[in-house]
Amino acid sequence: MSDTIIKPKVATVWLGGCSGCHMSFLDLDERLLELADKIQLVFSPIADVKVFPQDVDITLVEGAVTNDENEEMAHTIRKNSRYVLSFGDCATTGNVTAMRNRFTEKELIDRSYRELSDICNSVPNDFTLIAKLREQATPLHHVIRVDAFLHGCPPTPDEIWFAMNELLQGRIPIFNTQFLRYG
Amino acid sequence: MAVKTLTINGEQYSAQEGESILSVARQHHIPIPTLCHLEGLSTVGACRLCVVQVEGSPKLLPACTTKVEEGMVVTTSNTKLDKYRRMIVALLASEGNHVCAVCVANNHCELQDLAYQVGLVRVRYPYLYPDKKLDATHKEYVMDHNRCVLCTRCVRVCDEVEGAHVWDVAGRGINCEIVSGLNDNWGNSQTCTECGKCVMVCPTGALFEKGVTVSEMEKKKGFLKYIITARQKKEWVSISND
Repeated sequence: MSDTIIKPKVATVWLGGCSGCHMSFLDLDERLLELADKIQLVFSPIADVKVFPQDVDITLVEGAVTNDENEEMAHTIRKNSRYVLSFGDCATTGNVTAMRNRFTEKELIDRSYRELSDICNSVPNDFTLIAKLREQATPLHHVIRVDAFLHGCPPTPDEIWFAMNELLQGRIPIFNTQFLRYG
Repeated sequence: MAVKTLTINGEQYSAQEGESILSVARQHHIPIPTLCHLEGLSTVGACRLCVVQVEGSPKLLPACTTKVEEGMVVTTSNTKLDKYRRMIVALLASEGNHVCAVCVANNHCELQDLAYQVGLVRVRYPYLYPDKKLDATHKEYVMDHNRCVLCTRCVRVCDEVEGAHVWDVAGRGINCEIVSGLNDNWGNSQTCTECGKCVMVCPTGALFEKGVTVSEMEKKKGFLKYIITARQKKEWVSISND
């Protein structure tokens, strides 16, 4: 490993998803070591960085845009990243995260905080502490421009490896033939 | 019967009078995506996925319902056709509630296969998230309208092959849906024979057997060829489920 070579800055972000895509990323196993040599991880749920940095080369975004915080983050990601990759089905289609879209926000909050709760019968109202739900959870590309789409729930480590290598070589990964799949 | 000669994608083919463009294409392994079409059922030209370009026609024509004509010049795939097909699949995906990851038909779904076939990388249209119902009143099967693409295969197989006509189409436009009986619960149907043909011909996870979970519902369509051949040719062919 050499510090004199400038490595591409990579970020991974977890929006409205189950973190399964990140789990699959970790399933790269020993390939993670090879990747660690090639990249500089500047922001990720597995790295303790609070603020999304400037001048990121590649950002992988897991999850749908489901609350105000996600939406703000999506715009920051776009502004600060060269390539944005929708990482998995929730970012690409809304998937399971968007299944709540046929219910109103009030119905969802009542169900989660009142009906299913034994002890605490109050709903959140301080949205400085907890993010406010958007009316609908949407795919990432309905909010910001996205450069490439990695499908699957979750994408397999092989698919992630392919995408990362393409992006690291400055190519937009094309999935229409080899890796296009939903679910 | 008279023979017609036509050109498909620059190659000459001969076909029997009255044959559809799709039928000729299939015989010669020329790929044309289809959804509502199913060999053995009547042809309705509803999904428009099989649209082709015919020289001299200002409109795109569905290959399944368009009969061959002498000297016809047909193109089955080009940038315009591919784009329209992608749009059709994207519209189908956006107007229902299709969540592959939690669907009984995941990996055995014709809508999913079509998305791959036409290269649907993402859907640009806003998803509608319609408030559709699920009918689990039948003792053997479930009808989940969220996953229905209105191909009407269930309607046709029940009417034309089983002869029960439990299913029909109600409503128009975005409110169009498949109904059983006179829009009653499926479980109340007096005419349903519980044969399951509708479940097997359904291209998605809209119709499925009770008790199956994610990715478990595989549709076996071999029975259709078996029955049709028996009726038309009085021959009992072996059932294959390719």
